[in-house]
Amino acid sequence: MLKILKYSFFDLIRSRWSIIYFFFYFVTGMVLLYLSNDVSKAVASLMNVTFILTPLIGTIFGVMNFYNSREFIELLLAQPVPRKNIFLGMFLGISTSLSLSLFLGMGLPFLIFGTFGSDQIMSLVFLLISGIFLTFIFTALAFYIALVNENRLKGFGLAILIWLFMAFIYDGVFLLLLIFLQEYPIEKFAIAMSLFNPVDLSRILIMLKLDISALMGYTGAVFNKFFGNNSGMLISIAALIIWSAVPVFLILKKSAKKDF
Amino acid sequence: MIEIKGIEKKFGSLEVLKGFDLSLSRGKITAVLGPNGSGKTTLIKSILGLVVPTVGEIRFQGQTIFNDWKYRKEVGYLPQIARFPENLKVKELFKLIEDIREAQGNPEGLIHSFGLEDFLNKKLRFLSGGTRQKVNLVLTFMFDCPLYILDEPTSGLDPIALIRLKDLIKEKKNKGITFLVTTHIMSLVEEISDELIFLLEGQVYFKGTYVEMLNAEKEENLERAIANILEKEHAKDS
Repeated sequence: MLKILKYSFFDLIRSRWSIIYFFFYFVTGMVLLYLSNDVSKAVASLMNVTFILTPLIGTIFGVMNFYNSREFIELLLAQPVPRKNIFLGMFLGISTSLSLSLFLGMGLPFLIFGTFGSDQIMSLVFLLISGIFLTFIFTALAFYIALVNENRLKGFGLAILIWLFMAFIYDGVFLLLLIFLQEYPIEKFAIAMSLFNPVDLSRILIMLKLDISALMGYTGAVFNKFFGNNSGMLISIAALIIWSAVPVFLILKKSAKKDF
Repeated sequence: MIEIKGIEKKFGSLEVLKGFDLSLSRGKITAVLGPNGSGKTTLIKSILGLVVPTVGEIRFQGQTIFNDWKYRKEVGYLPQIARFPENLKVKELFKLIEDIREAQGNPEGLIHSFGLEDFLNKKLRFLSGGTRQKVNLVLTFMFDCPLYILDEPTSGLDPIALIRLKDLIKEKKNKGITFLVTTHIMSLVEEISDELIFLLEGQVYFKGTYVEMLNAEKEENLERAIANILEKEHAKDS
């Protein structure tokens, strides 16, 4: 598995898109830091970009990489290696190389700005952690969708739809439900709802860390009230771990039985 | 070398292989022929474990291949479409497959005979279709295996490479290596194969030598013999 991971990683890290992706975060991070001169504000602004873009890039790379490697996967499957090593290796190769672009692209501006060593560095660390979680989760979801759908257009459409749903539509529906049900005690329902969306979870995690109540939104506030800051963060991290594990499990299950 | 018993494969409602037995003997070159959609690729992929048959059994050197992957150390496979990770260099690809197979390959002679020396440091996405097929051939033949499965080995090759390929196959055959080859190039079948299997609608329609097939169909070349069979079947259907 490590060999396939290694080559998949190097194949992707050398592609133009990884470099563009890195520069995007680097430039955005630099601009936001130097314009605001405030780490918390820069992290909050970066968060909004990260939580839309990271899942999108994970989705696109996951689907495209799978479909583009379709023939190569067949060659790998004909080699003396167990199937699960191939798919796990490919998935981890894509997600680690994307995560590296994110990590360096976002980390370097803060390093240059001189944030390291201050207390504020933790909010960046949390942003990076949740960005990496989102990369793994959405790459895995996209990989699974591509594995299930032979039809490339359908697979691509479905993967984008899931991203769209998680990044935008979910919030709208959620808000509407909250308005309709405002006369009832819906805290538990709201918490449950946010556990089902990794993008929301990451947002809550950062908000709790930054402790910006004005930006927390309803779920953030409920989380805060219900669990307090620390256990709220622990619960959202636990949920993110489950979110990362389930699609990987599905990939392994599906790939074991699939005909190529 | 390979024993296939009662193999059936359905993709949804589509029955691609309809239950037949087949055995491949050691040291022979067997050509699998048949019209498009007759089940050639599905048969090959079943032997490689890429496709899992709905019913039936496949044995390689006496052992069942289901839920096993180690037997593929003994099998060299040339896929029909030569597409590789775009950003890897040719020599990195060779290294990758060596790593994955955990075996030392012998690419040097092959690289020379297919004239790939100048391409070793090029990224795979800059290679033409024919050159990629040559890379594909090197990848397959750089490991010594008792069985090679070649899916359309000649596609995109120039005449010199084609001659080199035929020589390579003959040389390996003389060492007792077994081949399973699918192709639409009848002259290749005529020149190299010891035995041919003609698949039609998921069944083995004919198994025998080249000459036996010509005699059975009373034709003087393979193309006509095959056209003959297809026309007969077509007349039966309508």
